Amino acid sequence: MSDLLSTPAEFPVRRRGVLRAVLATARGRITAGFLVLLFACCLLAPVIAPADPLHQNLREILQTPSGAHWLGTDNLGRDVLSRLLYGGRSSIVAMLEGVAAQVAVAVPLGVAAGYLGGRFDRIVMRLADIVMSVPVIVILLAILAIFDHSIAVAMITLGVLGASGMMRIIRGTAMTIRQELYVSAAELLGLSRTQIIFRHILPRCRGVIIVQTSLFAALAIGIQTGLTFLGLGPPPPAATWGGMVNEAATTLSTAPWLLVPSGGLIALTVLALGVLGDTVRDVTAQSHTSSGGLRVKSAKRRPDAAQVSVPEGTALLSVRDLSVSFLTPRGEVEVLSGVSFDLDAGQTLGLVGESGSGKSVTARAVLALLEANGAVTGGSVIFDGRDLTRATRKELAALRGTRIALISQEPMAALDPSFRIGSQLSEIVRSHTDLSREAAHRRVLELMEMVELPDPEEMAKRYPFQISGGMAQRVAIAAALAGSPDLLIADEPTTALDVTVQADVLALLRRLQRETGMAVLLVTHDWGVVADSCTHVAVMYAGQVVEQAPVEQVFGAPAHPYTAALMASSPEKAPRRTPIDAIAGAVPPPGTRPDGCRFRDRCALSAADCAETDIPLVRLNEERVSRCIRTELLQVQP
Amino acid sequence: MGRLIVHRVAMSIPLLLIVSLIIFGLEAVVPGDAASTILGQNATPESLAALRVQLGLNDPWIVRYGHWLGGALHADLGTSIISGVDVTSSLNSRLAVTLSLLVPTMLLSAVAGIALGFASAVRGGILGRFIDVVSLFGFAVPSFWIALILVTFFAVHLNLLPATGYQDFATSPTGWLKSIILPVLALSLQGITSVAKQTRDTVMEVLETDYVKFLRANGVSERSVRYRHVLRNAAIPVVTSLGLVSVGMLSGAVFIENVFVLPGLGSLATQATLDHDVPVILGVGVFFTLCVIAINLVIDFAYGLLNPKVRVS
Repeated sequence: MSDLLSTPAEFPVRRRGVLRAVLATARGRITAGFLVLLFACCLLAPVIAPADPLHQNLREILQTPSGAHWLGTDNLGRDVLSRLLYGGRSSIVAMLEGVAAQVAVAVPLGVAAGYLGGRFDRIVMRLADIVMSVPVIVILLAILAIFDHSIAVAMITLGVLGASGMMRIIRGTAMTIRQELYVSAAELLGLSRTQIIFRHILPRCRGVIIVQTSLFAALAIGIQTGLTFLGLGPPPPAATWGGMVNEAATTLSTAPWLLVPSGGLIALTVLALGVLGDTVRDVTAQSHTSSGGLRVKSAKRRPDAAQVSVPEGTALLSVRDLSVSFLTPRGEVEVLSGVSFDLDAGQTLGLVGESGSGKSVTARAVLALLEANGAVTGGSVIFDGRDLTRATRKELAALRGTRIALISQEPMAALDPSFRIGSQLSEIVRSHTDLSREAAHRRVLELMEMVELPDPEEMAKRYPFQISGGMAQRVAIAAALAGSPDLLIADEPTTALDVTVQADVLALLRRLQRETGMAVLLVTHDWGVVADSCTHVAVMYAGQVVEQAPVEQVFGAPAHPYTAALMASSPEKAPRRTPIDAIAGAVPPPGTRPDGCRFRDRCALSAADCAETDIPLVRLNEERVSRCIRTELLQVQP
Repeated sequence: MGRLIVHRVAMSIPLLLIVSLIIFGLEAVVPGDAASTILGQNATPESLAALRVQLGLNDPWIVRYGHWLGGALHADLGTSIISGVDVTSSLNSRLAVTLSLLVPTMLLSAVAGIALGFASAVRGGILGRFIDVVSLFGFAVPSFWIALILVTFFAVHLNLLPATGYQDFATSPTGWLKSIILPVLALSLQGITSVAKQTRDTVMEVLETDYVKFLRANGVSERSVRYRHVLRNAAIPVVTSLGLVSVGMLSGAVFIENVFVLPGLGSLATQATLDHDVPVILGVGVFFTLCVIAINLVIDFAYGLLNPKVRVS
């Protein structure tokens, strides 16, 4: 259903073009600026170099930097700066030769292998495998011996041999794109292969190509300077960066300074190319909550002390004004804004909404298990009288498994692929109790029987990849029940399963809930699941709860236009032979959410005042709240 | 597992053929040959022709390749066109030097890289930023330059270690150790930083997986999560990258051996390149390729042990 409603959120970055996105970052500006300046200076060396790079002056040897010689002079009294500028020319040329050869080999082969597939793909990949293992340096040395120290031939060879890495990545991208719907559609419409390759595949590979080119350019400079350092490039007195390091090495004890300009410039150039490549990779990667290696400092996790007050009431779990932000490479993004709901002992609360509404983040935030770049920025999660957002690691560890347990969306991904099922379950059992190994094993078999897994002894010996998704979810449920929790958080427990298995797993969950009396927080987007399994429902939209009520009341008459629209678009609720009403538009991604009512752009009832202020949760009756100021218009509808 | 190893051994044959064919083939298509290299520019046509007959250079290249291959199968890699010395024996005598450099470097890179990367991923904070920054420098700074800086500091200024030269382990174990410390350090910098970075990235990725969340959510202790589950799962990609780093070290060894004047395979190959001595380079090519094959076998074996999918099937 969520597929009907939402289109995957896309970052504006892609449309703005890679170059602009790169230049929007400080790293991008600094590295690109440095490289452009360096290349320009080297190309203009005959014009701007202060001295002839070959002009010797034996009365001024090994000087340190001065007004006359900004970077000093070498052992023959030549101006170091001028030699660096001239030497850079050969490095840049070598880099271009290497990169051109790499792109010329990698792009056509990668696109062809990925797009055509089949035997051609297999042969190319096999060859690439072999070439990856070739000790490149020996080939380069052989080339230099045979071609009389021609760096150009060596660099072209380097490009050809080094193409396999880039080719693999392009092939992967081309394969993915090939399987996408719009490409199949274009094929059906009769676009030729060439057209598809040039219109659809190559533009999408642009980011990958730039990243790989940039990293390879760094490698090429490294190799070229290394070869010239070994004296395998143009013969002296021609200036090369590697050659200058080599010359500096002869005067190590008397003039160590000479190592700095040449080696430093090589390092800076390689560094700039490498960082530029990384920057392009970062700006072309896309995910709202992708960390890009960022972490939130623990100090930031602390919510505002003044805001929090433990509400009285009997709820087992009471989430109040919970806000969560993620630190992404593009800045801080608020994903949850003031989420509130209650869950009593023994009840099942369905948390419902489209993809991107924040359901799963809420579930993880309750357990204080957000990703490293996410943090609670406000509000509280009161469980059994304690605020979990301010609990210490130790307190949380004591709660997890024994008081609150979790089963997640992708049962296969929830099990550690490297350990046998029995060993994982046994470890969880033993972390709750001080059972012996054998006793724990017996308890594991018991649990596996409880979740109706066939042949537990045999099953315990298997690895996760050897069982089906339905079985994996039963294993996960067994693991969650190992500590007899009071609250089970089930994050879309059946979404990834076959339809036939879904019903079984839900029936199992209902049975276990009846038997154990635990409360369940059930994240789902499926109204059928809500109707079958839940006592209450909380509907989420764009990081907020928009309605919470007992199930019968919601199904009787939704009290928020979004709830109504969501129910109308549910395939199983739609009357036969009528088209499903998909909600027009998409959930606004975090960071682009409108002021006022967040649903107003997609809402039939919206009026001017919906945009004026943030809409609060309004209490409609004892058990029901809604975040809409026009509920009276809805209530009249059946 | 067995199949993986067999597959890898089978792949090593085309690899050896490709390396030798590239070098042999290129030499054949380029004008000028061993005879003119040996005799220099002042050679008379008659003496050149005589030498060509003697060296068998008038045969088509595929025949000569066949000869070479036949010899190579019996561990005979021909003779140097400069010194006339048997290539196999001169390679054998230098192999120990190169391995003295490579093996400690690989071990140091693996141990220090994994430890630093793991610690920085689970701790984060300053150590994490430090690894990120240092790995950039490890990537950017040429190993031969770092080597010279180390020499300036430890050999020239502090006079603690020899600047150049190599001592045989059998003659003097301490001398051997002293002679390899700086080369190993210089060559390790890149290895340690790239392994550390790879480990850090992988561990951070594994820390965010569903199964780590699941284990934590259901009460497994943080210690077990980190040292049992995360370490074990991160090991698989890290081991793969260790293989790539080790293969890359062969290139680094060529530069480092030249800086420290170590009589290993790399300095031999460099001298041979300056002398246009193709048989020697070809020999080094075979040895280096065998090193790559050995590294890949070790990595495959470790991979098979770590990955239950490979182990079980």
